[in-house]
Amino acid sequence: MTEAVKLKLSKKDLESDQDVRWCPGCGDYAILATVQRTLAQLGIRRENTVFISGIGCSSRFPYYMNTYGFHTIHGRAPAIASGLKVTRPELDVWVITGDGDGLSIGGNHMIHALRRNMDLKILLFNNQIYGLTKGQYSPTSAVGTRAPSTPSGSIDHPLNPISLALGSGATFVARAADTDAKLMGSILEQAYRHKGAVFIELLQNCPVFNDGVWEGVKDDPAGKQVHLVEGKSLVFAGGTKGIRLGAGMVPEIVDVVDGDTSGLLVHTEKGSPLYAHLLAQLVQPDFPMPMGILYRTERTTYEQLAQAQIDDAVAKQGPGDLTKLMYSGMVWEVGADGTRH
Amino acid sequence: METKHLDRVVIRFVGDSGDGMQLTGTEFAKAAAEAGNDISTFPDFPAEIRAPAGSLFGVSGFQLHFSSSEIHTPGDAPDVLVAMNPAGLKTNLKDLVDTGTLIVNTGAFIEANLKKAGYKSNPLEDGTLAKYKVHAVDINHLTMTALEGSELSNKEKGRAKNFFALGLVFWMYGREPEGEIRRIHQQFAKKPGYGEANVKVFKAGYHYGETAEVFQTVYKVPPATFKPGMYRNITGNEAIALGLVVGADLAGKKLFYAGYPITPASSILHSLAKYKNFGTMTFQAEDEIAAMGAALGAAFGGSIAVTASSGPGIALKGEAMGLGVMTELPVVILNIQRGGPSTGLPTKTEQSDLSQSLFGRNGESPLPVLAAKSPGDTFYCAVEAVKIATRYMVPVILLSDGYIANGSEPWPLPNLAAMPRFDVVHRTDPQSYFVYERDPKTLARAWVVPGTPGLEHRIGGIEKDALTGNISYAPENHEKQTHVRAEKVQRIAQDIGELDLSGAESGEVLLIGWGGTYGALRQAQQSLAAQGKSVSHAHLRWLSPLEPGLAKIIHNFKRVVVAELNTGQLRMVLRAQFLVDAIGLNKIQGLPFKVAEVVAAIEKELGVAATKTTSAATQAQANA
Ligand code: SF4
Repeated sequence: MTEAVKLKLSKKDLESDQDVRWCPGCGDYAILATVQRTLAQLGIRRENTVFISGIGCSSRFPYYMNTYGFHTIHGRAPAIASGLKVTRPELDVWVITGDGDGLSIGGNHMIHALRRNMDLKILLFNNQIYGLTKGQYSPTSAVGTRAPSTPSGSIDHPLNPISLALGSGATFVARAADTDAKLMGSILEQAYRHKGAVFIELLQNCPVFNDGVWEGVKDDPAGKQVHLVEGKSLVFAGGTKGIRLGAGMVPEIVDVVDGDTSGLLVHTEKGSPLYAHLLAQLVQPDFPMPMGILYRTERTTYEQLAQAQIDDAVAKQGPGDLTKLMYSGMVWEVGADGTRH
Repeated sequence: METKHLDRVVIRFVGDSGDGMQLTGTEFAKAAAEAGNDISTFPDFPAEIRAPAGSLFGVSGFQLHFSSSEIHTPGDAPDVLVAMNPAGLKTNLKDLVDTGTLIVNTGAFIEANLKKAGYKSNPLEDGTLAKYKVHAVDINHLTMTALEGSELSNKEKGRAKNFFALGLVFWMYGREPEGEIRRIHQQFAKKPGYGEANVKVFKAGYHYGETAEVFQTVYKVPPATFKPGMYRNITGNEAIALGLVVGADLAGKKLFYAGYPITPASSILHSLAKYKNFGTMTFQAEDEIAAMGAALGAAFGGSIAVTASSGPGIALKGEAMGLGVMTELPVVILNIQRGGPSTGLPTKTEQSDLSQSLFGRNGESPLPVLAAKSPGDTFYCAVEAVKIATRYMVPVILLSDGYIANGSEPWPLPNLAAMPRFDVVHRTDPQSYFVYERDPKTLARAWVVPGTPGLEHRIGGIEKDALTGNISYAPENHEKQTHVRAEKVQRIAQDIGELDLSGAESGEVLLIGWGGTYGALRQAQQSLAAQGKSVSHAHLRWLSPLEPGLAKIIHNFKRVVVAELNTGQLRMVLRAQFLVDAIGLNKIQGLPFKVAEVVAAIEKELGVAATKTTSAATQAQANA
């Protein structure tokens, strides 16, 4: 017990004894380190923490966490996590997935976990490629991505993970880059405190199959990212540019002259879903990408509602009586003479 | 008025799927059970919810067998057929016994309906029905007359006509109408207008029997004798739901049930959703895979986790079931079989998912498989499945089928207090814990649940080291783990009871069956044995591992007949396992066996057995 009740955890306490097997330089290393450091700082209880993943490079994550973990099958992590969370609501359940795992083969489970507002913290590592199966294009790859399966370039329109999460009803939606430990750490902390379905898109680099796919965004945090700050205008490029809503609700980039931000969009995490959906549409190359918490709201979680129905049934009907249950319906007695009485 | 005593009656109600035949049949079955008869029912309905009126494919039927002696099946052929329309008559007349009784709703025999049923001339007039005792009754008209002055619309009035038929057969078989009148009022408590109307029509039907001179005989089927005790009427899906609740209780755990709507399994979810005050949690998942996944997640968390489906859904769950094999988590998977492949025959019965259960996953992934033999038996099988899953830390497949899921029988209520408990104990001791260390007797690994300090560990679908559970690609380790997973399933044999054998342990013919065919097979064997024939019947509850008792006797017979509602899936297994020249008795029509079919097949084999010498050489020749 000594270890479990220890208040101060270090990053090391959350590292398992397994060798980490990602390729050198993989963005997953940075994410793992930030998750371990942040959760240690938050003083989580290791025994009450469960990491559940699907299949793919990112899904090896649970093996490296010194918590409970379940490396499941392709795309199904949200479903398996839902079964655990709804029956053991006191546990902190994290889901690790990728763009192929969570948005392609497991897209159905993703949208339903989010719409139910299961209290799951879902981290989607988006590297716009299938890594583990050697480099096929994924549902978030840009049109024209040349990959072994698309030698002439991919032709399908990419999916916007943030739009999908918002449309599905996630109650906490955020985005950070793999190497931005500070932003990711603060998002993780708030996600940890949020009660409900969390969806965090992590822009992750795969140096082996899709190197530099986010470089445009990460290289130039000032020019290609909008850092979302509650109550602050959407400005970037060192405060020289801003985003406002033009005619026909078309967002447009304008110069900020003399620090005059009037007329610009002002960020609020708890704003209307309409605003959040608009933020989701700000993507490269036309717009800098919004980074931080795009949206959050409070809604009773699925597991709370499920438990409430059980409590309500017990309150109204009393705790279940098996004998009574067996004897419900048309019941009769056969006497010693073998006939019905 | 004459009263005639009969030992048993098989009656079938047929009509449009919107005609309320299932309700009529169910109510008449209740009346028979209430009067002390042994009963067995067979609802047979189309997949379409409201098929076009009058069509042949839209015919819905309900067969009831009630008897003054013990019965095991809903009966081979109806003695009485109640046909509410020409389509029902057309599709069912061939089953009616010669000189059987036919009650026909003449009101429905209009030009348009006759045409839809494919009749060129009216069978009521062209001599088609000459060999039957026909009662032509214009039920449509008599229903309307009974409801004259009612405020219901004509369409609503018409819907009550099944109660006329019900009233009529109540009279024919001397049933007391009072109980039924009470039940109708109860059932329609929220719509008293309908309740009133249905009672009126029911009474009209009853009185019609009394006053119309054509019905001169009242038939009485005296009560059957049963073993003393408390009874209730139960369907397979009701009993399986109860079994799961009781099983979880005996394990000292909470029940979690995840499902996705599918015929004929859905009603289990409906039942369990009402048992919330037992702490039972139900989860309607987004698809079959998610239902299996959620069950695995709940099992990881320490619940008694169950999912149910039918063949197509089980196919979808396959990969996740494999994950259960690999991570060795206890889950109960119910397959309420229906006709396949693909969507197949959703509302018809079949036993064609045995191979799927035994082999339907990637890799070497053996699972325990057991099958229920009757509606009431699903209860005990569900309890057993929970016990084995938790004791051996393994997913268990429990097979039922559409026939026993929807069919009902009088069921002696179990004495819950006498059922042995099998409380689950989760390991909490962090000293020298290895994730895949095994119990020497059962080979189960310890069930450690999240929330336990000091025992944090990771599991997953990649091959596991035989001790630590860490990822291992080592060749010998994989071979070892493959054998251990198989051996674990085989060890379940130590917890399997006696073989269900009727007849001697050696003789001429051994009839082997499994699952819902039990009633027909047992009845066939018993009637032949009563004639002094050397026939035994072994009914398998466990298909994986195979019942240990079978190995002891299977070579003691000259002929082995394996009866299944498929093309020979168990037969293939038995031939491989025992090198026995098993003969198949197979039917793939979406219908259960008739006793007569089984009797005929065995008689044929008895003939073969009689001419058969014991010389192995000639035997081999005969088989060639
Ligand atoms: S393939 Fe790409 S994503 Fe996968 S481990 Fe290597 S670098 Fe990381």
